[in-house]
Amino acid sequence: MAVIDPVTDAPARSTAPKQRHIPGETGVWILIFGDMTIFAVLFCVFLNARKSNPVQFAHDQAALNANFGAINTVLLLVSSLCVVMAVRAIRSGVHQSLASRYVVAAWLCGIGFLVIKALEYSEKISHGITPQTSEFFMYYFVLTGLHAFHLLIGLGILGGLFALSRKPDMSTGKFAFFEAGACFWHMVDLLWIVLFPLIFLVR
Amino acid sequence: MTMTIQSNATRGTADLLKSSATVVWFVLVTATAVSWALGTHHRIVDNTTATALIILAIAFIKIRYIGLYFMDLKDAPLALRAVLEAWCLITFCLTSGFYLAG
Repeated sequence: MAVIDPVTDAPARSTAPKQRHIPGETGVWILIFGDMTIFAVLFCVFLNARKSNPVQFAHDQAALNANFGAINTVLLLVSSLCVVMAVRAIRSGVHQSLASRYVVAAWLCGIGFLVIKALEYSEKISHGITPQTSEFFMYYFVLTGLHAFHLLIGLGILGGLFALSRKPDMSTGKFAFFEAGACFWHMVDLLWIVLFPLIFLVR
Repeated sequence: MTMTIQSNATRGTADLLKSSATVVWFVLVTATAVSWALGTHHRIVDNTTATALIILAIAFIKIRYIGLYFMDLKDAPLALRAVLEAWCLITFCLTSGFYLAG
């Protein structure tokens, strides 16, 4: 029931402190920030390697197709929005039946990312470019490959979220698992948000 | 019957889209387009170093917003939110520093 201000008869502003809540559970945040820290170190290792031969790095980078990277960024952003919608659908209660559709849409965007990545790799390999070609391409394949590995794990987690979202009643514990899985997927998105400019755009 | 289910789904999607996360999503897509244009059309900003730093700054601002609005860290305990803010700031400073040293 709304609290009415006795003086103005208007609904009184709530004085209760804002309820703060850990999305998912503490454990998943240790994993997420641990992974993000490892990637932060890898970004620095890549830029440090670039220092030794910036001309060669710029030359090799010019062989990359930035359009592939940009399309993949948009695909991951769309998938992240779908996951946000799935979490909101479950929280709303009324629209819970829609959650599984959003999870499927997010999963399809993830598959789209992998298809484009496969196209990109095959284009490079058909031109004789492999991790042995140069230091830049070694980092390119290792960093994007490591990210693609995280994305594969994320796709597996989305499969679990799909199964969960189809259950009519979700307990608090299961919702925490759902939120944790959603946050892992957002981490896959945000790591790409740095990898794309770092490898494709920064000259 | 099928049309009713379809219209419920459309209405549900419209309801669920009414959130700050949707506005943030549009900003993130626009920022991606700006970064892509800066990185591929070299005449926009003549200075390569300035362009690189702008692109890096945009990336870390995007990450902050993904953390706050998609991962819901804006409503998380302040300590958890602080870890995200610190990661963005420290990683931006480190990557910019390594870039400038190159």
